[in-house]
Amino acid sequence: MKKEEVPQDDGLLQGKTRDLYYVLDENGNYVSALSTGWEPKNIVMQQAWDLINESVEEAKNKVLNKEASPLLYHMEKNQMDIKLLAQYTNINKNKIKDHLKFGGLDNASEADLQSYADAFRISIDQLKSIN
Amino acid sequence: MTDIKFEHKQSAHCENGVTANLFTFHGLKISEPLVFGIGSGLFFAHMPFMKLTGIPVTGFRPMPGIIFQRAAKKLGIKMKVKTYKNPKQAMADLDANLAKGIPTGCVVGVFHLTYFPEPYRFHFNAHNLVAFKKENDLYYISDPVMENITTLTYKDFERVRFAKGTAEPKGKMYWPISVPKEVNLKKAIIKGIRKTCYDMTEIPLPFFGAKGIHYLAKQMLKWPKKMEERKALQYLGQVVRMQEEIGTGGAGFRFMYAAFLFECYTIFQDERFKQFSMEMTQIGDLWREFAIEASRLVKNRSRSGSDWESVSKLLHNIADKEQDTFERLYKLAKEWDKKL
Repeated sequence: MKKEEVPQDDGLLQGKTRDLYYVLDENGNYVSALSTGWEPKNIVMQQAWDLINESVEEAKNKVLNKEASPLLYHMEKNQMDIKLLAQYTNINKNKIKDHLKFGGLDNASEADLQSYADAFRISIDQLKSIN
Repeated sequence: MTDIKFEHKQSAHCENGVTANLFTFHGLKISEPLVFGIGSGLFFAHMPFMKLTGIPVTGFRPMPGIIFQRAAKKLGIKMKVKTYKNPKQAMADLDANLAKGIPTGCVVGVFHLTYFPEPYRFHFNAHNLVAFKKENDLYYISDPVMENITTLTYKDFERVRFAKGTAEPKGKMYWPISVPKEVNLKKAIIKGIRKTCYDMTEIPLPFFGAKGIHYLAKQMLKWPKKMEERKALQYLGQVVRMQEEIGTGGAGFRFMYAAFLFECYTIFQDERFKQFSMEMTQIGDLWREFAIEASRLVKNRSRSGSDWESVSKLLHNIADKEQDTFERLYKLAKEWDKKL
């Protein structure tokens, strides 16, 4: 790739940083150049996020339909499964399964609620809702 | 508290970047592409028997940590590496290092990495950064993929150093304890090239090197036949993500390797390295073309088999080129190896 071809398709880096590419400059030497983003990459990253967002949306609906507790929503939002959540909270997987059922959080101890809240970096109040 | 003058140099990839920045701090001025080449960082693997979040693993580099280990070993640099069970101890030891003025490499998970752009925050636990200063509750961080120096609070830093899930970092930290005054750069480079050429052309398994690219190209045609189109496109998207995600320098490290070969040309004063650098650049451009075609397929969700065919064909062509280029580069490396 030549230096003048370095793509500047804004997107996922959100202006927080830029990607570094190794490119040929006008004299045929290798140099580095910065890019704000590249469309093909934006497309495939968005594809990965669409999948995550769908799971979050599904979880949200389950909570609204009283098929699951808000814990499911927060777990999906944090891209976690039961195993990973268990690792972050030190709560037994079977216990987590109970807590994921509709109304499950009502039976959870204060300590468990706090562990979940810490894992998701939210308050206990936020944990109990899907807003 | 000692005020460390640590030069933050942005790089494409975290592991090479941390390595280059740490070695440079200790007096061995070295670029990212050189670390990458000496550490035999270029690779290809497609392993359908290994899956991450249900998608087969495709890699353009070896396992995390290996490039760094190889580069240190070949350059004769001794490193101290520590992992921890107790987070408080891990933080206390880091503080002790910083108080002594030792910039320290740390492995972290990126999901909770506060300064990272949100769209890149997945549960990926093999990110590398350097902590070089602490002020009250705040750590100064040189993260090679970031343009500028960033900071992390004690709490946020502890959390990412003890991220959970696949390949937990366990507070891993590392720093050079002895760096030789003189290094045999040429020897290290040639050894690095030989390893890469072997990996790319001679591993007797279908999953690795140029063979692995052919293998992926073949497998890919089966995807739309044996699974839902959506899933097949997720598989394809994953290949492009691995190729172009933060940290490859573009085209699955091929441009970084071209930059490395260009540096070899200036070090060895052998025009042939420059020629290989240009060949690698062209191969990188072909990978970019593949990314463009593949992402179009993802976006348009085309149902016609011919699109999968054409994407697959691009890969076969790349595989042929890489096989040929690395075979000839192998010969050049062997020739130099005899002279050194």
